[in-house]
Amino acid sequence: MRMWKPLFAAAVLTLLSGAGAAAAATIEITIDKMAFAPVEIDAKVGDTVRWINKDAFVHTATVTGAWEVMLPQNKSGSMVMKTSGSVEYYCRFHPNMKGRIRVSP
Amino acid sequence: MHLRPIATLAALLLLGAASSAQAADKPSDPQIAHIAYTAGVIDIDAAKQAIKKSKNKTVVAFAKDMLRDHEAVNKQALDLVKKLNVTPEDNATSQALTKAAADESKKLSGLKGKAFDKEYIANEVAYHKQVNGALETLLIPSASNAELKSLLETGLKIFQGHQQHAEHVAAEIK
Repeated sequence: MRMWKPLFAAAVLTLLSGAGAAAAATIEITIDKMAFAPVEIDAKVGDTVRWINKDAFVHTATVTGAWEVMLPQNKSGSMVMKTSGSVEYYCRFHPNMKGRIRVSP
Repeated sequence: MHLRPIATLAALLLLGAASSAQAADKPSDPQIAHIAYTAGVIDIDAAKQAIKKSKNKTVVAFAKDMLRDHEAVNKQALDLVKKLNVTPEDNATSQALTKAAADESKKLSGLKGKAFDKEYIANEVAYHKQVNGALETLLIPSASNAELKSLLETGLKIFQGHQQHAEHVAAEIK
């Protein structure tokens, strides 16, 4: 019981302080007229990448052998970056659509 | 196997030759809209045939992708011609495309199993390549309405994507 108050206070302080250095960001990529924009982004491990599909076509963000985000028309989808490194992704339905994410530790 | 691409190419060249001979002979916006829409319908019909006939998961999934995308593009095209108050106009190129597609469909209906899959996908590669060529060299440069031109440009990117997708599938089912 005695632990509740300090814990609550700590939580409030964390929220107020902007969640500190470990705060994960969300980086948005827009898909419009068959292209990812921006085509290259920088992220940190733990960040979320969110794709907003403005096309009337279903797209994917796919890294062969690793992950895939399905992006229905006029919807968004996201993926948390778990490992560092530079990855190229593409749309499995339209392989001419490509993008790159550079993930730093 | 090579009959249909040649017939399609001939149809597209027909219009291309006319257009390069005299600038005034380039296709009008109502004709371009008709050609683009017809090209979409042809691929939708081919996809429906493949979904019905093929037993290969990859091929059926590809056909479903084609069906979905081409229906979406054609819906946009219809919305646009309605908005612009343009009536698509039938023309020799549309007719030749339809004729070539009917021949290909007939050919495909006589095949089954792996032979069907290979012919369908090979034709998808060839067909998208030809439509892309026509879009790039003739239809997009000839379009006078900016919105029509923009839709054709988006269409070109989609069809280029389909061509690559079809090439991947062709390599997979070899």
